Amino acid sequence: MSLGRRAHRHAAWLFPAPAVLLVAAIIVYPIVYTGWMSLQEWFASSLTRPRFIGLANYGKIVLGDARFREAVARTVYFTIVAVAAETLLGVAMALLFNREFWGRGLLRTLAILPMVATPTAIALVFVMMYHPTLGVANYLVTTVGLSPFRWTYSSDTALYALALVDVWQWTPLIMLIALAGLASLPREPYEAAHLDGASARQAFWHITLPLLRPTLVVAILFRAIDALKTFDIIFVMTQGGPANATETINLLLFNQAFSYFNMGYAASMAVALFALVMGSSLILIKVRRSTAW
Amino acid sequence: MVRGGAWRRRLSTAGFYALAGVFMLPTVFVFYWMLTLSLKPQIEATAYPPSFVRFTVTLAGYREVFTKYPFFLYTWNSLVVATGCTLLGLAVGLPAAYSIARWRQQRLAVVILVARIIPGIAYLIPWYIFFRSLRMVDTYGALILTHLIVGLPIIIWVMISFFEDVPADLEDAALIDGCSHLGVFWRVALPLVKPGVVATAILSFVFSWNNFLFSVILAGRQTRTLPIAVYNMISYEEINWGTLAAAATLITLPVLLVALLAQRHIVTGLTFGAVKQ
Repeated sequence: MSLGRRAHRHAAWLFPAPAVLLVAAIIVYPIVYTGWMSLQEWFASSLTRPRFIGLANYGKIVLGDARFREAVARTVYFTIVAVAAETLLGVAMALLFNREFWGRGLLRTLAILPMVATPTAIALVFVMMYHPTLGVANYLVTTVGLSPFRWTYSSDTALYALALVDVWQWTPLIMLIALAGLASLPREPYEAAHLDGASARQAFWHITLPLLRPTLVVAILFRAIDALKTFDIIFVMTQGGPANATETINLLLFNQAFSYFNMGYAASMAVALFALVMGSSLILIKVRRSTAW
Repeated sequence: MVRGGAWRRRLSTAGFYALAGVFMLPTVFVFYWMLTLSLKPQIEATAYPPSFVRFTVTLAGYREVFTKYPFFLYTWNSLVVATGCTLLGLAVGLPAAYSIARWRQQRLAVVILVARIIPGIAYLIPWYIFFRSLRMVDTYGALILTHLIVGLPIIIWVMISFFEDVPADLEDAALIDGCSHLGVFWRVALPLVKPGVVATAILSFVFSWNNFLFSVILAGRQTRTLPIAVYNMISYEEINWGTLAAAATLITLPVLLVALLAQRHIVTGLTFGAVKQ
């Protein structure tokens, strides 16, 4: 059998082979390695060899490290605040824009810009806007009659100020996903409801929202996964401060790994973060499957 | 009755556009503010109350970006890494996506999906240790390989849905005519999904260009990419706001322009094909 013929017969695994090898090398292997590291006491800077300590790192992060527990709570809180705001705003905007109007193309173009803009650059612009005395944010806030905030410079408001950046960047994604969902809704239920004398509000609660739910769950799922992993804007804008007020799991573990070179300990946090992200995804997928609203 | 209806409609049209303006104003304003800050002299950039429309236009910020910092080098580095990551991603990802679509290899697709979910930092710790021991920190190779973690999953997932839309009859006809699988892929399927290839190439390029986490650890003096360069600029307290804003504008503008070419596919890419526009 010629080489060409043999290749023809095995095309189904020859085609993906390079990708499989690459994925194994750059994705699967590092993940397994992280899991292995999390079971060791492993300092990257010292000369002592890594030492196998079993689950001791996990015991420490779960039971002994109050800072880690706070970071977990903060990460979850940040995600809930940001994604809830994005969902409410995004769906409201989708309902508003779900019609034929002049400027639809422009709307989509504008909506896409924040999502593709470089997060580091956007964070930088917000750093300047959030400046307590010179920033435009406080100028705008005081113009509408509110008292000025200290934004990222106070531990009371810093997490919300960061969530606002996330909301600015990602509300358009939820809006576009919801718009796509609205466009695919069937017309018949609305006609039937109209004949039965249902009001627009009733139609929204009993037809639109239930039919839109699978789409919304997808949108929330993707946003939640990425919000839990938020790193760039926090690292650039606050570095986890002031007074650890914005120290999420990602920030804490980044410092453990690359400031203290406490690699084994950081690896166990990375596994915990992965479990958190994976767990949230599974919960959301389950919500999507169950039929009751 | 008719006249009243027309009035109401005109009013509601005005109300609609007013509301639309309110919703979209923040999006526009942040970009507008970035651009105007970059064009203001330092005194006006930090003036309070700030000027929104009337200000002196200067290119001093842009000049400073290129004269005080090796910004051409950073731009070149970003270009090399993003292009390398995209080309390698396409070379490996297109055949894989074709094969997943054609032979229904769901398991590979799931692995790629999980790769998208895993936090990037979980890859970074082992990568850092490997590259340090291989003395590959501060090389293009290290950056391109790690950026593939971001680029490859998008390429594969978006392209699966494009390849699935290629009619199987067409491919089977070519096979019966004696065409090899490689020939079918190259001469039948690939030309049909060209718009998808362009879109995913753009997406992969944009996400590599924007990447901060991998580059902040694995880039060094020689290979520093734009996001890292800008981040380092903030740490200097005395720096001009105009210069910072100019740097931010210079990084963002190219990706905004490029991304507009792929705007139909961006949501598909971001949601991994779960939502098609």
